[in-house]
Amino acid sequence: MKKKTSNKWAKYIVICVLLAIFLVPFYLMVINSFKTTQQFVSSPFSLPDKIDFDNYAQAFEKMNFLNAIGNSAIITSISVVLILLTSSMAAYFLVRHKWRINKIIFAVLVASMIVPFQAIMIPLVSIYGKLDLMNSKWVLIFMYLGFGQAFAIFIFHGFIKNIPLEMEEAALIDGCNKMQSFFRIVFPLLRPVITTVLILDVLWIWNDYLLPSLVLLSPQERTLPLSTYNFFSSYSVDFAPLMAGLVLTILPVLIVYLFCQKQIIRGVVQGAIK
Amino acid sequence: MKRGKKALINAGTFAAFMGPSLIAFICVLLIPLVYGIYLTFTNYSPITGTQDYVGFQNFAAIFSDKEYLGQFLKTLRYVFYSTIFCNVLAFILAYLLTSNVKGQNFFRAGFFTPNLIGGIVLGYIWKFIFANVITLIGKSLEYEPLMMSFLTHPERAIWAMIIVTVWQYAGYLMMIYVAGFVSIPKDILEASDIDGATGLKKLFKVTIPMMVPSFIICFFISISRGFMSYDLNLALTNGQPYGSTRLAAMHIYQKAFQANQYGVGQAEAIVLFIAVAIAAVSQVLLTKRYEVEA
Repeated sequence: MKKKTSNKWAKYIVICVLLAIFLVPFYLMVINSFKTTQQFVSSPFSLPDKIDFDNYAQAFEKMNFLNAIGNSAIITSISVVLILLTSSMAAYFLVRHKWRINKIIFAVLVASMIVPFQAIMIPLVSIYGKLDLMNSKWVLIFMYLGFGQAFAIFIFHGFIKNIPLEMEEAALIDGCNKMQSFFRIVFPLLRPVITTVLILDVLWIWNDYLLPSLVLLSPQERTLPLSTYNFFSSYSVDFAPLMAGLVLTILPVLIVYLFCQKQIIRGVVQGAIK
Repeated sequence: MKRGKKALINAGTFAAFMGPSLIAFICVLLIPLVYGIYLTFTNYSPITGTQDYVGFQNFAAIFSDKEYLGQFLKTLRYVFYSTIFCNVLAFILAYLLTSNVKGQNFFRAGFFTPNLIGGIVLGYIWKFIFANVITLIGKSLEYEPLMMSFLTHPERAIWAMIIVTVWQYAGYLMMIYVAGFVSIPKDILEASDIDGATGLKKLFKVTIPMMVPSFIICFFISISRGFMSYDLNLALTNGQPYGSTRLAAMHIYQKAFQANQYGVGQAEAIVLFIAVAIAAVSQVLLTKRYEVEA
């Protein structure tokens, strides 16, 4: 019995040490964001003498933070809402109509999931560049809509397959058309999978760097990852404000994580296992 | 007449339900994919405006480009080591965090945190750790290998990439392994207890064989993400020093958008795509052989 408790303590200590190592980078980032660059370089481990928000003010201004976070919020929210709507409708149609064309479409969608972004990136830029469609939020949102389809349809398809037909049949008899029966009966049942797709897509689009860096060229349109990158490449010697900039970038995600970590973790794991 | 009307209604509902989805998918993914295959056979460049058919010249150019081959091997090394270390660490964490430790949900959430943040930000955080913090530790300990930043050392810089990648994904893979541990039926574990299996023996003979599906998923994720790695690469090392950490994805980007050789870049992307597919599929097939029925 004694061996068992000491074993437990050993495990506990190992876990705590590992977690400390895991989180040290974040800790260093936060404490150094309150120091001057000089203090940062000479003693990165010491706590700051005083809490002052100069670095934050500087980062806030140079990153054009409000503008960037606004762009990120608009692009992420509109893209995700559109992906959820269109892909759930498409998945519903694919499940309920076993036509040959639908089977082919579904197979193509699933197969497309293994294509890496790098294999699409160059032709995408050359086509949309030739059509002069670059540098617009709306085109970027359209692209996310396209890239988001396959995975979302796949997840919705798996879920809708298991919803019994009876309720929809009853609704049809009561005079609902297809659209109404989808939105009134099926869509509300999708809640658990909607959360999964929502979380994965928000994390993906919010943090995405490569695609927006190719599409959004003017400083006015920059999303948060783009403005972080730009801030770093233009002010690379002044470390302390850069740390403040990183804290500002991470903060919104961490606040959301604090409140819905259970759903977020579950969503991410569900998305991976399916 | 009646049949015609039915077909029309069907086509209408098809358009209403599938239309937006299909249009976006075709315009953003399908057309560029096909056009991309065509591009590999041309010398397209938006600067010179040329777009002539050149046959397999671009593919020939890749395989005679010593620099690309070197970087491709480096990418393979990076993917190999980060996959192994990441999975080992994730498995250990999952093992520790499913053994009824107090506050295990808190710990799981903590290890998972890096996955919420994009590669750009993570890369910058670590850039300062490698450049300022680790060198300072090295100086105070007077330990030679730590005194010089990993990021300026041509041999060690790739290890900086591997370390950060492991840190980034271990918590994510851990959650998948946790789900695997939890899904093992209790009666099997009890039966093995009764049969006298303990500790490591139980782990290797019972638990690991039962978790093959989790291994397949985790290796698939880490291999495919490793090959695609770009954000972290850009922020942490930007391919430096001397191009020693320029991984395949970054090479493609630079070939196309900085050297303006779209055709060669796209051919490299297709080669990368095939490499990922081969690595991922053979991994799945290899691992599937060890799958057991519960």
